[in-house]
Amino acid sequence: MRRTTLIALMLFAATSATLPALAAEKTLSIYTYESFVTEWGPGAKVAAEFEKTCDCKVEWVGVADGVELLTRLKLEGEGTKADIVLGLDTNLVAEAKATGLFTPHQLSPEALTVPGNFADDTFLPYDYGHFAVVYDTETLKNPPKSLKDLVEGDPNEKIVIEDPRTSTPGLGLLLWVKSVYGDKAADAWTKLKDRVLTVTPGWSEAYGLFTKGEAPMVLSYTTSPAYHMVAEDTERYQAAAFSEGHYVQIEVGGMTKTSHDPELARKFLAFMTGPDFQSIIPETNWMMPVAATKEPLPAAFDKLVKPEHTFLYSADEVAANRKAWIDEWLAAMSAK
Amino acid sequence: MYTTRERRAITGAGGFTLAFIVLFAGVATGMLLLHAQDRVGGTLFDAYLLRITRFTLLQAGLSTLLSVLLAVPVARALARRRAFAGRSWIIRLSALPLGLPALVAALGIVEVWGRRGVVNELLAAMGLANPVSVYGLAGILIAHVFFNLPLAVRLLLAGLERIPAEYWLTSANLGMRSGAVFRLIEWPVMRGLLPGVAGLIFMLCATSFTIVLTLGGGPAATTIEVAIYQALRFDFDAPRAVILSALQILLTGTLLLVLRMLGTPAEEAPTTGRAIRRFDGARARVTDGLTIGAFTAFTAAPLLAVVGSGLAADLPRLAADPLLHRALITSLLISLASATLCLVIAIPTVAIAPASENRPQTPLRLLAGGLQAASSLILLVPPVVVATGWFLTLRGLGGPARFAPFVVVVINALMALPFVVRVLAPAYRTHVARTGRLSVSLGVTAWNRIRWIDLPALRRPLMTAFAFAMALSLGDLSAVAIFGADGIVTLPWLLYSRMGSYRTADAAGIALLLGIVCLLLTLPSTTSEKATKKHDA
Repeated sequence: MRRTTLIALMLFAATSATLPALAAEKTLSIYTYESFVTEWGPGAKVAAEFEKTCDCKVEWVGVADGVELLTRLKLEGEGTKADIVLGLDTNLVAEAKATGLFTPHQLSPEALTVPGNFADDTFLPYDYGHFAVVYDTETLKNPPKSLKDLVEGDPNEKIVIEDPRTSTPGLGLLLWVKSVYGDKAADAWTKLKDRVLTVTPGWSEAYGLFTKGEAPMVLSYTTSPAYHMVAEDTERYQAAAFSEGHYVQIEVGGMTKTSHDPELARKFLAFMTGPDFQSIIPETNWMMPVAATKEPLPAAFDKLVKPEHTFLYSADEVAANRKAWIDEWLAAMSAK
Repeated sequence: MYTTRERRAITGAGGFTLAFIVLFAGVATGMLLLHAQDRVGGTLFDAYLLRITRFTLLQAGLSTLLSVLLAVPVARALARRRAFAGRSWIIRLSALPLGLPALVAALGIVEVWGRRGVVNELLAAMGLANPVSVYGLAGILIAHVFFNLPLAVRLLLAGLERIPAEYWLTSANLGMRSGAVFRLIEWPVMRGLLPGVAGLIFMLCATSFTIVLTLGGGPAATTIEVAIYQALRFDFDAPRAVILSALQILLTGTLLLVLRMLGTPAEEAPTTGRAIRRFDGARARVTDGLTIGAFTAFTAAPLLAVVGSGLAADLPRLAADPLLHRALITSLLISLASATLCLVIAIPTVAIAPASENRPQTPLRLLAGGLQAASSLILLVPPVVVATGWFLTLRGLGGPARFAPFVVVVINALMALPFVVRVLAPAYRTHVARTGRLSVSLGVTAWNRIRWIDLPALRRPLMTAFAFAMALSLGDLSAVAIFGADGIVTLPWLLYSRMGSYRTADAAGIALLLGIVCLLLTLPSTTSEKATKKHDA
């Protein structure tokens, strides 16, 4: 009897959770990655700010990550409800355009400061972060000062990295090494291999192992220390500045061809590069803004590593070479 | 042992169940293939695939061998020592690892076996400089044994406890030593169970993903499951994903078939149902104590590490978090529903086996064989394939969001099916052998038989099966990952979400909550054990 009640309850919960919201006003449906719309993420604040200006309602759909976002879109095809897709990175842009589901934004926002001079007619950047080796100052006294240092350093000082086959930071490091070493990338990986404690499927596993103290270094972002400084009030974890420069991850948004209200969608994209949106990003998404914020960035951001040189392959280059480069990585890392 | 009417009902239910399982997996796969564009390119069977296939089989084979070999002495010791303080808690622990997401278990294991883990600290304190490295094949094996040894122990122990009490009385009268008891009484029972247990563990290890990558130390440790995920999520190459899944099913299916041929079910013997008393093993007191102690330490240490990290979290704030409440309720509802559905599917699967015995070459036998195969192999169909396929199917039917909870429930139920069948089938077989003829000759059939004969006798295995199914569904993330965007927030989803935004402490707190819920779930199945004991006395 009790079980029947519970099943009934479940049916009720299932239907009530999925009933379409009664829409009295215009709605804008935005697909993004999940951490954007968690309670501490930028989602709620962004929606509130935008709703002030548009007389509309923002509806978020949050999928696991950027890659899942593209998968989701491919699965839904032209039947997608999305007006805006927010959270692809530059490595996914070529693949995303190939779906034919996006339409050019026709905007030309001024004064965007995007490293690597990324510009695109379909996707607009909204934030970026440089990949970096984050280290534990309590266990690592002499952090590497360059990628070369990292590759050739003491193999007993370990680093946890992510797998380029299953995660974006993993792919980021692969592209970083390729940018610096070019044809010699395989040799570099063969050397770095002894320093790699393990290769995890995603960022969470790697960062988890790092904060448990298993390795003094992890592949993360230059902005990671800002979180620890602002939210945990500790300077224990720092990013190492590499003299060659850092590879960048730029996050972009675009509007769909099938959007039921292209004007509203375009308005959002313009809003996305404006000060209201940009001011929310640093302390909620822990990434760097691409345009001016209303107030100067928090003090913690001043202490972050500011790469002197930025590496970025074009989306087409990545799309064309990804498989070959991953194969090269696999061969180097799997060798005995 | 069934009346014609009963047999007909079971056959009908069995046919329906088989059709359901095959259709559910088939429709998803078909839709995925239909939707796929042309293959992205690149050869399918290359050196890479060969290497990961070899590694998949190697690590799964070794993990299975270790889990099963270690489980035999532990189950024997636990069966001999029928009353000591904490015994039921040790048994309760066995479903717990299944309820933990792989990431949580991996971090727990690292705290014990890792570079800064307890074991290495102890070794260092003893003056040993070279730390044990958990990253590599060793780590994968430790993690897989951690997940599967308790499972194997529980399944074998249940088998040993079904041995009629008369056997122990007789063996004592005959003055049989431990060796003879093992050879003549315990081994025949275990040998009947081992193929099923080993097969299940092999499948679980072969499809391992997070553990293999996280603790594997590098891409040399890659399973086919990783390649499937990569094909579907990163390369958008559905045909490759489907072909790889087929390869995985083919390889493991062949192995299961071989295993089945090795094992013959033990002969069932009647019993008057007197209480079990063990007279043997006075000599083995010390070794049994050590065996049980080592097993408990091995299983409990990573769990304690999880508890330790969990307690360090800001628990009062977490407890007041409305999102956590929602996730807890969703998780409970989904796991309750999927465990119920799982039992509904499992019962015809289990009941059809005795009906088909001694009837060679009949369609019934074919159906029984089909059901047995389907209920095992479903574990090898990657949830990511099924979930993606159903997403595509439901897209045409008014949006996947509306159906998302149902798909998640079915996927979880099917994932738990192989476990549940292995808990129920041997118990049911013994039960039917002992009561079947009598029931039919007394005319206690159909509902009366279920109500008065079957349910009371099978209460404990049913409860155990239910607890396993619920724990498994609680810890699952794979099915929810695809549909998660549609408002389904479960505990593992929330855990990963916190973990992914630097909230490691919150994640640890949620892991603790998951563990507690799992433990609570196993209470009914072990409390009824006490009830039986009282009844025996």
